Amino acid sequence: MSVTASSDLNVGVPAINWQSDDMKSRRKRRYAADRRLQAYGLVAIIFALGFLAILISSLIYTGNSAFTQSVAKIEIDLSTGGIDRTKLADADWRGVVRGALRAQLPGLSRSDERKYFEMFTSSGQFILRDAVVADPSRLDRKSTFVIPLADPFDQLAKGQVSRDTPEAQRRVTDKQIGMFDQLVSKGIVSRPFNWALFFNADSRFPELAGLAGAISGSFWSLLVCFVISFPVGIAAAIYLEEFAPKNKLTDLIEVNINNLAAVPSVVFGLLGLAVFLGWFGMPRSAPIVGGLVLSLMTLPTLIIVTRVSLKSVPSSIREAALGVGASKHEAIFHHILPLAMPTIMTGAIISLARALGESAPLLLIGMNAFITSPPDGVFEASTALPTQIFMWADSPERGFVARTSAAILVLLGFLVLMNGIAIFLRQRFERRW
Amino acid sequence: MNMMSEAAVEKALDKSMSDAGLKMIGKDVSVYYGEKRALFDVNLNVRKNTVTALIGPSGCGKSTFLRTLNRMNDTIDGCRVTGKITLDNADIYDPSVDVVELRARVGMVFQKPNPFPKSIYENIAYGPRIHGLAKTKSDMDRIVESSLQRAGLWNEAKDRLQEPGTGLSGGQQQRLCIARAVAVSPEVILMDEPCSALDPIATAKVEELIHELRTNFTIVIVTHSMQQAARVSQRTAMFHLGNLVEENDTDKMFTNPDDQRTQDYIMGRFG
Amino acid sequence: MSGYLLAFLALAALSMAYIGNSRAKATHKAAVGKVHSRPIYHGLNVAIWTAVPAFVLLLVWLVFQSTIVNQLVLAGIPGSENFDPSASSILMSEVRQVASGNLFKEPSPEVKAAAAHYQSLQGIAAYLMAAAVAVAAAIGAFFGLKVIGSRYRARHSVELSVTLFMMFSSLLAILITLGIVFSLVFEAFHFFTKVPFTEFLFGLRWEPQIAMRADQVAGQGAFGVIPVLYGTFLISAIAMIVAVPTGILSAIFLTEYSHPKFRAVVKPLLEILAGVPTVVYGFFAVLTVAPAIRDLGFALGFEASPNSALAAGAVMGVMIIPFISSLSDDAFAAVPRAMREGSYALGATKGETIRKVLLPAALPGIVGGVLLALSRAVGETMIVVMAAGLIAKLTLNPLDAVTTVTVQIVTLLIGDAEFDNPKTLAAFALGLVLFIVTLILNLIALHTVRKYREKY
Repeated sequence: MSVTASSDLNVGVPAINWQSDDMKSRRKRRYAADRRLQAYGLVAIIFALGFLAILISSLIYTGNSAFTQSVAKIEIDLSTGGIDRTKLADADWRGVVRGALRAQLPGLSRSDERKYFEMFTSSGQFILRDAVVADPSRLDRKSTFVIPLADPFDQLAKGQVSRDTPEAQRRVTDKQIGMFDQLVSKGIVSRPFNWALFFNADSRFPELAGLAGAISGSFWSLLVCFVISFPVGIAAAIYLEEFAPKNKLTDLIEVNINNLAAVPSVVFGLLGLAVFLGWFGMPRSAPIVGGLVLSLMTLPTLIIVTRVSLKSVPSSIREAALGVGASKHEAIFHHILPLAMPTIMTGAIISLARALGESAPLLLIGMNAFITSPPDGVFEASTALPTQIFMWADSPERGFVARTSAAILVLLGFLVLMNGIAIFLRQRFERRW
Repeated sequence: MNMMSEAAVEKALDKSMSDAGLKMIGKDVSVYYGEKRALFDVNLNVRKNTVTALIGPSGCGKSTFLRTLNRMNDTIDGCRVTGKITLDNADIYDPSVDVVELRARVGMVFQKPNPFPKSIYENIAYGPRIHGLAKTKSDMDRIVESSLQRAGLWNEAKDRLQEPGTGLSGGQQQRLCIARAVAVSPEVILMDEPCSALDPIATAKVEELIHELRTNFTIVIVTHSMQQAARVSQRTAMFHLGNLVEENDTDKMFTNPDDQRTQDYIMGRFG
Repeated sequence: MSGYLLAFLALAALSMAYIGNSRAKATHKAAVGKVHSRPIYHGLNVAIWTAVPAFVLLLVWLVFQSTIVNQLVLAGIPGSENFDPSASSILMSEVRQVASGNLFKEPSPEVKAAAAHYQSLQGIAAYLMAAAVAVAAAIGAFFGLKVIGSRYRARHSVELSVTLFMMFSSLLAILITLGIVFSLVFEAFHFFTKVPFTEFLFGLRWEPQIAMRADQVAGQGAFGVIPVLYGTFLISAIAMIVAVPTGILSAIFLTEYSHPKFRAVVKPLLEILAGVPTVVYGFFAVLTVAPAIRDLGFALGFEASPNSALAAGAVMGVMIIPFISSLSDDAFAAVPRAMREGSYALGATKGETIRKVLLPAALPGIVGGVLLALSRAVGETMIVVMAAGLIAKLTLNPLDAVTTVTVQIVTLLIGDAEFDNPKTLAAFALGLVLFIVTLILNLIALHTVRKYREKY
């Protein structure tokens, strides 16, 4: 690096005219390319968020009608009828219901009457029976009885069946529409909030189908999942983070956990089917098995989350506890774990929310059974919210389209609630060190 | 009217200063990071073909000032610059100024060598390529070669131009970064503590290089080593707590400074 | 029964903890010299001795009871020695149905007898179990109380139990993997005894409809995995074509261009896409996207299948966007600031810096993210079960219907599964293939990401 050599070089330093037209137009092009990239990015985001907006709004659009249900309110006087009080279950409830309906539109021909009865849910007799069993005083007086309209007429009431469609292409005849209008003008038909959606279990008839079974099935499954994965996950995380020696085995466990977190959920379903149902002979479709499978799925995530939050507690706290003579266990369980708990809880709730939305493994262990009563415990056959959605989405009746969307909205509502709690916990209790 | 005349006076003043060989002029430069003020009304001129050293204790604002000279502060969120800085009498904070052009004319070398994860050749060709300085492949080859030669790296790198720049030693990486800056033919090169991550031998090489580059470039260097400032620079500016304490010829600064604080700092009383 | 037993164990543990605690207090008071553990540890120690062995016994009992009872019942049915496994499992399920009172038709006298036998055995087993658990708890409590003394190191004992539980918990991760591998390999092995391995691996036809009765015409099924894998690949590829550019571009915008406030709002919104359950996407694909694609195809003169690969793939792609976006985000954030500054200082625009410096530097991280996303696409189930087809077809046309590995697993196993049917076993063979493919993808991805993290 002699001075002379570099002086020679310096003679040739080109003077660049940055203001030349060439340079100016080049810079223009470069800035245009920059803006293009920015625009592509924005378009990508708009695409993704637009999709989300369409998804949510189409669900609300199709699902909102399922939150109300058309019903007919009719007066029934049971004091005159010959109902045997000792044999309530065997009384001719069907006759009673039909009689009461007949009274609303008297003088129909036999075939018209059959068409007329089609307008109401076919399970009206059971609804009346259950109402009377629940409140026997109805036998002594006139009382109002609410009977849901059958699905096609519910659609008609909600304006989802167009009267302009040719008669042959719709499930309601012109005559039935006429009868329907008569009922409406008498003020019998109303459309209250559809509590049945939350308090009924599944049914073949859309107007009666509800989510009670699915919600309680999901609740029991998540309970099992939480009871198993929470303590086990924390215990494993503490061991790996605080106690485990650094060796081949713990490395293997580490790689293994990261891997398990990315194994497709359907594989866990296969595991559950082969091991829990096949080898252990546990009951099919039961929330206990669903919860077990879900807990195996959430365990890896939970371990990872817990380890991160244990790591974030400064070691000075551990040293302080050890310094006053606490054992290692005491330092961890009295000091570190409580400090890490808010973050662990946040992670646990988010994992549970994820488990709540999981359906593939539940399908494989049979939690898509058609069951018309909510389960009373973890050993009884049941569905879960996402599998119920799957089943309803497969049903051909039009009323189930709206109900599927409504069920999805309910599921999303639970997810929003759980994530909201998690975010609240994080903001309220999380410490920054 | 009054304002007009004031502007006219200022312009005349600027002109006279540039005639005296001033490449860049900083007038009442203040820098804010959000609410926090990091520089207080600094007035500092940079002379053409001169090495100007900025010294002072850490956190004194010398790097902040350096980064205002090619508007690198723009890349930091919440950073705001007031006052006026000119390059060849044109205000570089004027809205019509093109930052891309400005940074091509005022290059920069950083504290830690930061070669791109590309080959040595591509590291140097990157600048000329984006600015369109080479029409042909052989033009580019020439630029790469002359830049490496100017940075004193040609002999060490000519046989491994296609190897990754990150494979070089620390000192070589820093000279690669200098070659990368030189390749765009800037008028001013800013160096932010370029030797702080290097060993003494590599440092000596870079210092020698700075000395040679002076013939063609105007150089502003931030250093925490007073010996280095004394070795490489002709002018020295001393910063303290965001203020410019003193600016002087380097020889004078290190023998007979005007300001007591400069003396204290040079004697090692603080910092 | 087991529920009551669990409650009993919990109660016993609590009361023993209390008794142990007060006993230890008393002995400590009377003790001369140093006391080792605080009374509460003695209490905990007794509780552990009481509940844990009894609980383990209960679990083991529950696992083996049904198998043993089934064997005993089966042995009691005349002529059952000659049954093959499938016949006896059908018979047993009938017996169980009868025993629980679900009568579809009048059962044969043998079944009736067996059902009665079954019921009595179940009753005996339940009482035996309760007795065994109670005895185990009592023995445990006795030992626990006996060792209480001022010099007994109850804290060590309790901490040892806790450590053992923690060790077992972390080993569980390996047990789960082993469980997956063994159950898949075991059932797949059964499958390969019925269908040749080479036919499965290289066969070009997938028609798993095995005749239920001998006289049905459907005849022999075909179990060639190639078209199923191909369908999986086609749908995943469509998903990646949607997700990769969108994810990376949105990450670029969010990390490099957008205002922090915009980012703070948009990033969580994007994450919502990953939080939506897949069954919801499946429904959306069927309800909205597939008809839209069909109409669009019709308008353009193409014929689109109602469950086209395009609909399922596109919706799956949207689901994956946040994965790629957030992993690319991490990768961009991991590129040191010095790299950006070096580029800006040379007069590069933001776009040039991103394309020529950041992208190459972040590439390994992005590739890792894309591989993880691909593994997710391959293993994704609900969207394809609802929106993709059932027929395995080798076609390049994205408007055609294809089937995937996960779709076949679910359709083969939905409904009552008997474990000796090639149809059922085929699902496990497919599961094994799926597990291996995703495992390889995950391992490569995790390895790439980790190596890349070390670099900076």
